[in-house]
Amino acid sequence: MSIRRVLVANRGEIAVRVIRACRTLGLETVAVHSDADADAVFVRLADRSVRLGPPPPAESYLRLDAVLDAARQTGADAIHPGYGFLSERPELAEACDAAGIAFVGPPASAMRLLGSKLAARELAIGHGVPVAPGSGPVRDVAAARQAARELGYPLIVKPSAGGGGIGMKVLEGDDDVEAAVTSAMKAAAAAFGDDTLYVERYVRAPRHVEVQLLCDAHGGRVHLGERECSIQRRHQKLLEESPSPAVWPELRARMGDAALRLAAAAGYVNAGTAEFMLDGEEFYFLEVNARLQVEHPVTEAVTGIDIVAAQLAVAAGEPLRITQEDVRLEGHAIEFRINAENAAKRFLPSPKAVTAWEPPTGEGVRLDSGVEAGSAVPPFYDSLLAKLVVHGPDRATAIERAAEALAAFHVEGPVTTIPYHRAVLESDDFRAGRLSTHFVDEHPELRERAAELLA
Amino acid sequence: MTANVWKVQVAVGDTVQEGDTVVILEAMKMEIPVEAEDAGTVAEIRCAEGGAVEEGDVLLVLE
Repeated sequence: MSIRRVLVANRGEIAVRVIRACRTLGLETVAVHSDADADAVFVRLADRSVRLGPPPPAESYLRLDAVLDAARQTGADAIHPGYGFLSERPELAEACDAAGIAFVGPPASAMRLLGSKLAARELAIGHGVPVAPGSGPVRDVAAARQAARELGYPLIVKPSAGGGGIGMKVLEGDDDVEAAVTSAMKAAAAAFGDDTLYVERYVRAPRHVEVQLLCDAHGGRVHLGERECSIQRRHQKLLEESPSPAVWPELRARMGDAALRLAAAAGYVNAGTAEFMLDGEEFYFLEVNARLQVEHPVTEAVTGIDIVAAQLAVAAGEPLRITQEDVRLEGHAIEFRINAENAAKRFLPSPKAVTAWEPPTGEGVRLDSGVEAGSAVPPFYDSLLAKLVVHGPDRATAIERAAEALAAFHVEGPVTTIPYHRAVLESDDFRAGRLSTHFVDEHPELRERAAELLA
Repeated sequence: MTANVWKVQVAVGDTVQEGDTVVILEAMKMEIPVEAEDAGTVAEIRCAEGGAVEEGDVLLVLE
């Protein structure tokens, strides 16, 4: 199937990113937008645009029918879902198939299989991919107690249909089980319409390390190395880098092979990411994100591979043009999420219009931005304004370049995470690569330093 | 800042302590807990779940 006109079913920086990739490839673009985004950068950049509805996501970006209507109306022959919103809804992939539209993402069957964390865990176990010791489905307090007797504490309760940290609770002992399981079931039912849980051995201070995959529809599969995404707040990543300071070539090969085995077993096609916890030399599978990820540019920087262009080629039925031997990681790249959030005030959102926006330039500096001076920052969507990606020949140089770039980045209007990132770069632990997913909580002084830098 | 009122955690007549979460707002897909600035009794609630509020709005009155 050849692709000529791509509808981008997303907003903000990722819509801009996909539209730019399409333009480079000579493809026409269609933006879809809510009323809150009528004047947004991505709408202006696209060749055509279609209004979806009012600002709330449920009335606009999450409306599958409206997105499909827009595709039919504009003669789009492909839909790129970006991340979030409809990106991991198998129904969209199925509807595209039925309408003869190329879905730029994995098949619905792979999404369904991997969307259940329990099913993905079973698949991993069946294919020799390490997982943290855990239980089968847990649907009541008694089952959780039984699992705890077999596994021992500490444990973590997770919703099977989960994501984003919703409903996850740590169990330190028997006294925690009843309250944690009851509240996790409630949270899971409300967020995912499915209250099935499972429990897993809790790893106290893991790193979050993930492997980027690219798979075509002809059995071609490569991994593009790993990203370290340990610096998170509320289970959401803030800063990502590639390669991970904790991964060496032999471990990279083992994690990459594990991720590729999972992709093959799931019938995975297109770009995807296998997420792992890394604890010393041991890694444990967490989940597969069946879509393009926010942090894909760090991998692009070190591999020189345009992941969005590759996604479009795969969606058009083309085979990958590279083999595993062609993939080389060169230098080091760090991505900083520029969020409209105040780190000094517990990362509270700051949805204010952008009155000044002067991004840095320089060697190895890339900015993926959804905003410019004068842009509105609506409160209805997530807080990500832009991503600053800095590449250097090694980690120390990337850090130096990033420190300069962040210091030169001038924004007025919303409070942003720029001062926090500057504080992180000053931190001895960060510089030494001593990271875990508790980094943000364990370094409260960085939030104070961010407040000083903001003043 | 515009936010949606996600949950009102207290009712008129409730006693609250300083630091208790009384209302949870939602903006940019994040929950924003609003804490009581003082101890007291809830005299009036001036926001409703599902409604929108602006920076500076009074959410509830304590006595």
